Amino acid sequence: MTVVAFLILFPFFAAIVLSQMKKPGRVRDGFVYSCSALIIAAVVYLTADVLTAGRSRSYLTDTRSLDQAILAGEFLLMALVFYYGFRFRKYYVVLLSAAQTLPVAWMELSGRGVEGQVHLSVDNLTVTMCLVVGLVGSLICIYAVGYLKDYHAHHKEYRDRSPFFFSMLFVFLGAMFGLVFSASLTWMYFFWEITSICSFLLIGYNESKIAVRNSFRALWMNLLGGLGFALAILYCTLVLGVANIQDLVNLGMAAGGKAVLVPVTLLAFAALTKSAQMPFCGWLLGAMVAPTPTSALLHSATMVKAGVYLLIRISPLLYGSLSGILVTSIGGFTFFAASLLAVSQSDGKKVLAYSTVSNLGLITACAGVGLYEAVWAAILLLMFHAVSKSLMFLSVGAVENSIGSRNIEDMHGLIVRLPKLAFVMTVGIFGMFLAPFGMLIAKWAALKAFVDSRSVLLILFLVFGSGSTLLYWGKWLGKLVAVTHQSERLPDTVHKGEWTAIGTLTALVILLCVLFPALSAGLVQPQLVLMFHTRLTAIISDADVKVMIMMLCMIVILPLVMRLLTSGSRSKVVPAYMAGVNEGDDRHFVDSRGRPKSMYLANWYMEDRFGENKILKPSLVVSAAGLTVLMIVAIGGAL
Amino acid sequence: MVWQTVLRILLFLICAPFAGGLLDGLDRKASARMQGRQGPPVLQPFYDVWKLFHKQTIVVNRLQDFLVGGYFAFSVFTGCLFFAGGDLLLSFFALTLAEVFLFMAACSANSPYSSMGAQRELIQIMSYEPMLLLAAIGLYMVSGSFFVDDMVGRGASAIALLPGVFFGVVFVFVIKFRKSPFDISSSHHAHQEMVKGLTTELSGSELGLVELAGWYEDVLLLGFLALFVLNRGVWSIPAAVLTCLACYFLIVLVDNVFPRVRWDKMLGWAWAVTLIFGGANVLILALVR
Repeated sequence: MTVVAFLILFPFFAAIVLSQMKKPGRVRDGFVYSCSALIIAAVVYLTADVLTAGRSRSYLTDTRSLDQAILAGEFLLMALVFYYGFRFRKYYVVLLSAAQTLPVAWMELSGRGVEGQVHLSVDNLTVTMCLVVGLVGSLICIYAVGYLKDYHAHHKEYRDRSPFFFSMLFVFLGAMFGLVFSASLTWMYFFWEITSICSFLLIGYNESKIAVRNSFRALWMNLLGGLGFALAILYCTLVLGVANIQDLVNLGMAAGGKAVLVPVTLLAFAALTKSAQMPFCGWLLGAMVAPTPTSALLHSATMVKAGVYLLIRISPLLYGSLSGILVTSIGGFTFFAASLLAVSQSDGKKVLAYSTVSNLGLITACAGVGLYEAVWAAILLLMFHAVSKSLMFLSVGAVENSIGSRNIEDMHGLIVRLPKLAFVMTVGIFGMFLAPFGMLIAKWAALKAFVDSRSVLLILFLVFGSGSTLLYWGKWLGKLVAVTHQSERLPDTVHKGEWTAIGTLTALVILLCVLFPALSAGLVQPQLVLMFHTRLTAIISDADVKVMIMMLCMIVILPLVMRLLTSGSRSKVVPAYMAGVNEGDDRHFVDSRGRPKSMYLANWYMEDRFGENKILKPSLVVSAAGLTVLMIVAIGGAL
Repeated sequence: MVWQTVLRILLFLICAPFAGGLLDGLDRKASARMQGRQGPPVLQPFYDVWKLFHKQTIVVNRLQDFLVGGYFAFSVFTGCLFFAGGDLLLSFFALTLAEVFLFMAACSANSPYSSMGAQRELIQIMSYEPMLLLAAIGLYMVSGSFFVDDMVGRGASAIALLPGVFFGVVFVFVIKFRKSPFDISSSHHAHQEMVKGLTTELSGSELGLVELAGWYEDVLLLGFLALFVLNRGVWSIPAAVLTCLACYFLIVLVDNVFPRVRWDKMLGWAWAVTLIFGGANVLILALVR
């Protein structure tokens, strides 16, 4: 219990202290480092504790005073939204916020709330999320220290609000821990709203016009999801008499899906907005204006995972139900459409954003299928994606601070200019789509689950989406490894703290290939037994795991072998072929007028086929129509 | 059991290059006859590769050694995995890894021709990948397992239930075998705009390795085609061999008949065939079984 309370409360305490540390310097850096280290230690302790005890536990059944504190917190959040809404004259967010906070508050104050249920609980899924939030989140905080210094050195036009930035990061961590530990729907909703507002404030961090606009877009979409959540709470409490997510699942399992279809659909709707599924992906793409640690922490590794976490929690109810069909169709479609959209992007962070949306779509689809193997894939995808994607974000941020651009075209020849960063990015990209690395293992399991559930539509989305996924990652990879002659190595300006985070994540990406069977057996399988009450067989067989470990070894050994084989060979190094008109190196040639001209190798972006203006709007329309129709059918059919 | 696996892998390692080279030679001979030429001797590909390994290697950078090595190693690895009776999906994933290594080798050269070839190669992979995955899924739905050994251990041939998927696979194999109209990333003719696309900057033993890996890959692909025909019956073996040869001949014929198309046509056609033939076949299978 102590460690749970510590994980929820300590980040808030750290945030208060940080908001008061106005002066940047060693003291503040040290404070951020030590807080992050403490959080990691607490998460590791919690994991060890839960795994050795081997059972889930729950706390806090009578919480009258705490409930009042939460209620006060909700009013505070509403006041905050009111303040920003009036200040920037965005009255719709005011309406949205009032529409969800007031009814829930009325329910609590009028004594209609359900008493005596569990408010906090810890099981293996919680621990998994804690590991993601604690480890990856803390590493990103460590990274942020060095990053923000460079960020403000490069962007003099923005006001330095770093105390605010760091305190928001820690508020967010506390809220995430609160969210995953909460079993009570009202508590979960409260923390859910905090993360929305943190995201809003952090997107608007640099106060530029575009940042403010995008932050409000994120706010209204997330508040809309919050409205769905609030309605679900009202329905659960007033009609079903449950106020706890586990009770809701148990009720649904016992009484059949139809009884809980309304709240489940509403919760799924909330989850879809949080996880930036189409048609709500716009806020996540806009969120990329924020400094990179924000993008890595909130918009790829953790906050957007809150949505799929909720879906995984209610996944037994989604199996074979209308809301399950809603979730799988939206998720599968998002996976496919977002991966196509990523093809035409050359901005590194934009590609990462689309890829995040796409992968979240896959997790969503897995959770929506609701079979144990699909949920297994969803949980593993969630972990692998957090690690690989945050590695990619952090290295793109480091590259941006070093070469002054995050455009993939400008990363041409990075292996010569910044070899270490090019290496970690290569590992990150391999981790995203190639065997034997994590994401592919989980995708593979997802494919098996889709086949076993006979959902042909999902299979098609997955196979075509994999094709375009390969294209956009491949193009990026090709830019990194181009060896340009006569270019200088750039000075390594990446701070030590940043390297700590990047190095640890790189090691994790590689280690997870070997460790995933243990993770699956120790963390994920017991959770699935708990959720689905069936003993299950291994989803990826031992023989396949062995083969993949062999592949990993081959990749590691290969450079050495090739070095040995080719050392002392008589191969000659020459410049690249340019139809015989090279100007002495591989970057200039003689043009038709006999003058030297510099050569520029660009990737294909195929704007006229895959451009945002071609695909984005139709996909938004299709998904919005699908979402509306399915929600009406699901809710209307149940009422 | 273990010895049987080792034996099969050894057999593949030793025999595949001969079979692949021979196929290549027959391909050249047949193409030549279709064009009214005499054509080189059937063993010409072996002489060519032999010569490549004895030439001085000229490289544009040192990274290429590693990347070409990776392509070779994983191509061979994929074949071993497949012919040892392993997981079909994992074989395809390993094959993709191999392809990505070759793509990276072409990109690392920083040359206009090989870069262009590399971009085209990616589009090619994107075009055929969905069909290959769908084919693996179709075979899984028929046999209940992703393991190659279980797929061939059935009573009846899979092609009876998967005609659409089979057609789709043969269609995308035109891309995979780098044949016209879909040989956009590498053409065999010196006068064309791509010089040699993907492999422009590879020479000597490195080019030899790529050729050799290509032979291993060809045998793997034909082995995959055979999966559709093979069953427990003895007569399925000659039937499978004949099917493979017939498909290979068909692909060579197509190569000689059709002019090269643009990348977007290739992608569009390949995905349309995947969706219409592969998708419909899998859908019917899912509904019926």
